[in-house]
Amino acid sequence: MLSELAKPVMAAAFVLAAVQASAQEVAPADVKIADYAVAEPLTGTSGDAVEGAKTFANRGLGNCLACHAVSALETEQFHGNVGPALDGVADRWSADELRAIVVDAKQIFSEETVMPAFYSLDYGITPRKDLVGKTILTAQQVEDVVAYLATLKE
Amino acid sequence: MEKLALAAGTALCLAITGVVIVTASADPVDDTLEIDGAEMITRAPAPEGHPFDEVMSGWLFREAETRATQEDSFENPGMLAVERGAELWETVEGTAGQSCASCHQDASVTMANVGATFPRWDADSGKPINVEGQINKCRVENMGAEPYAFDAEPQVSLTAFLKHQSLGKPVAIDLSEGEMQEWWEKGKDLYYTRTGQLDFSCSSCHEASMGKYIRADHLSQGQVNGFPTYRFNTGGMVSLHNRFRGCIRDTRAEMPAAFSDELMALETYVTWRGTGLSVETPAVRQ
Ligand code: HEC
Ligand code: HEC
Repeated sequence: MLSELAKPVMAAAFVLAAVQASAQEVAPADVKIADYAVAEPLTGTSGDAVEGAKTFANRGLGNCLACHAVSALETEQFHGNVGPALDGVADRWSADELRAIVVDAKQIFSEETVMPAFYSLDYGITPRKDLVGKTILTAQQVEDVVAYLATLKE
Repeated sequence: MEKLALAAGTALCLAITGVVIVTASADPVDDTLEIDGAEMITRAPAPEGHPFDEVMSGWLFREAETRATQEDSFENPGMLAVERGAELWETVEGTAGQSCASCHQDASVTMANVGATFPRWDADSGKPINVEGQINKCRVENMGAEPYAFDAEPQVSLTAFLKHQSLGKPVAIDLSEGEMQEWWEKGKDLYYTRTGQLDFSCSSCHEASMGKYIRADHLSQGQVNGFPTYRFNTGGMVSLHNRFRGCIRDTRAEMPAAFSDELMALETYVTWRGTGLSVETPAVRQ
């Protein structure tokens, strides 16, 4: 009986916690790209480079290796070359610029780039129904990937 | 001769790390495809208005072993589908008591141009019709038989058999018939339209990135002259609309139905993009 009564209270507390967590997350439409950079991190938790490397290689997540070779990821097979090799990419771009490239490459390179926008809802026609409203990577995954890219120095 | 031109960056990283990363020979091979002694046209000057100067068969982009399998009809597992198609050609079905052969006799004579000239204008439906569509039209109207469902085994086998009758003939579709030109335009629009969450168009992969590696796949021009093709990956035949749907699915988009207006327009346009290439059905792919 008592536990039945307690349920709504607990649910309310849970919702509050969820709201607080997402309050620290910038929604795709609210990301500010200025001077080819995203200066504000997308989440309150700083990126984890080790997780980022996994997201980078994972075919179902970033699948960045499909298009970019990275010598440091020597255990992974099949590095693509649709885009440039990313060795030393952190010498070429700042972390804020790398964040902008991952969020929406079209706004950084050109409308024509084939690199997908990983944190945007502005995609092609007829997206798969279960993906509508979803970004390719979550805000935290973007931060992790950016942290990983920042380690790629020569 | 196969070129082993490694992309400079990849060669460098190989030298430093000594790791075997399966690498990028960015160019299609400089090789000649002969099937049972007959030379195929795998490179042809592009028709006017084409984005490339030269159109190239997907065969040139495949690994040596895959290429070799296609060169020898005894080795090519796709020939089993062609043989099965030859049996279907002679098989009586439907209320009219007819087979394809009852009307068309020797396919090597009567069907010699089909593979190189479809899709064609079909005045009855007011749309382009492909080989699969023509087979179903004959089954329903002339044989009193059920149409084949998309990708039913006999549909794929009979289509492979019919297109194989044009082996070696250069692709040349007639855009002056009916409203073919309008369907071509519509297909062209679709070719350049980005789809799905990943936001790719056909041209993102087969034009802008042609010759590059996307993970393990060497991106070809996405030509249709070898369909239906045999694929090692799946160990079976792949029809053209199945391939189109697969490429669209890979952009994380909803797939248009096989033989829908969208995919018929795309087939019309993409077939034109391979004008001058020999029909290679059944081609072998990985
Ligand atoms: C389908 C291809 C494709 C995928 C997938 C892709 N990229 Fe790219 N990327 C490109 C291309 C192409 C460029 C070069 C810019 C241009 O030409 O448009 C590029 C450029 C970049 C650059 C700038 C490189 C430099 O040296 O200036 C970075 C950084 C980058 N990508 C990171 C990523 C990350 C991280 C991912 C995955 C989360 C990713 N890319 C996925 C195609 C891709
Ligand atoms: C994300 C990349 C990508 C996109 C987008 C894409 N394709 Fe493909 N396509 C591939 C890959 C990889 C292959 C297999 C390797 C090859 O032949 O290029 C392929 C193969 C093909 C083939 C078979 C070629 C052969 O010789 O067997 C055809 C035809 C084709 N694609 C047509 C299309 C059309 C039409 C579209 C747009 C509706 C499209 N593709 C979009 C990646 C893509």
